[in-house]
Amino acid sequence: MVTQQAAVLSPEAMVEEFQKNGVTHVVTIPDSETNYLYELMKEQPWLDVVPASREGETFAIALGLLVAGQTPVVLIQNTGMMESGDSIRGMVLDAGFPLVMVVGYRGWNRHGVITDSAARYTEPFLNAFRINYYLVEQDADSTRISTAFEEARATKRPVAILVGDEYHGFNR
Amino acid sequence: MIHAEDVFRVFQEHRGDAIVIPTGTSGRRWGEFSNNENRDLNLGGAMGQTTSAALGLALGLPDEKVVLFDSEGALLMNMGILATIAGKKPENFCHILLDNECYATTGGQPVPNAQEINYAGVAKESGYSSAYSFDDLEEFATNVEEIMQATGPVFVAIKVVPQIENEPIGMRVRPPTRSRAETIRDLQSELGISAD
Repeated sequence: MVTQQAAVLSPEAMVEEFQKNGVTHVVTIPDSETNYLYELMKEQPWLDVVPASREGETFAIALGLLVAGQTPVVLIQNTGMMESGDSIRGMVLDAGFPLVMVVGYRGWNRHGVITDSAARYTEPFLNAFRINYYLVEQDADSTRISTAFEEARATKRPVAILVGDEYHGFNR
Repeated sequence: MIHAEDVFRVFQEHRGDAIVIPTGTSGRRWGEFSNNENRDLNLGGAMGQTTSAALGLALGLPDEKVVLFDSEGALLMNMGILATIAGKKPENFCHILLDNECYATTGGQPVPNAQEINYAGVAKESGYSSAYSFDDLEEFATNVEEIMQATGPVFVAIKVVPQIENEPIGMRVRPPTRSRAETIRDLQSELGISAD
């Protein structure tokens, strides 16, 4: 029997977690389903949204912000994360700074049959880079975002938040 | 074409308190001319992404002048960063491209369309506040103070003589330099930024 995702992750919950964890900048490339989150982020006076042209840029921009004493997060899709492999290596893992990367899990579903290769390779990619990750599907999961921040700070490594069902709640 | 060492010698006189990020083969000589090592920063590299890291630094330190010495091989790998930089309009950012028209570190093979591309034109049309091109040292020396005082993002393309390396990697002699972590630590200490 197919189990469908009953609840969603609201953009308000995500932004609240960002504020709670002292985020100063969101370095991002929005995809077609994150427009509502983008608008909400732009409305926050404490948050600077940095739009990038290619996902590999986002990790390097984040490094510069970290050196400057800021607290950025990277917000991209899993496809762009895979494009960013060398940037993750050279600008995050080798640099030794804490960074939370919020990654839209395109193609992920609860059905157990993944037809989108973007989803099929997402977790193997993170495992290859030895980056720990947490799945967040709905508001009740949002405390895992704070867990990721705590882990990133403790380890001075990147930690990923995989947002299941492609930010469905933002698309309203 | 200009020797990168001459660019650095002229630039140093106008540097002020700017944070300087040298990259590429040409950038290796910067250390011989810098008189403020604590504000020299090594941000590492990742297929042209040092430019992006320099942008992040400029955005994070809006009250500090940030000068990047970039290379054309790196910029070509990540040309979209010009639009990203122009979009955020960091007034404190000066982007100097040392264009030797080749991949000097791999033996001097030309970069694509090496002699015809107009990097300053691309930057200006991407939305930089101003853009300059130089292939004459005197012209650069005449304009460098104006460049350093201009509201960013400013782009400066300079044709430089390539310093081609053909020796096997393991046989190349490099002057001792501080690691990325050391330069970051020293800069953060200089600026009073907590490392935690």
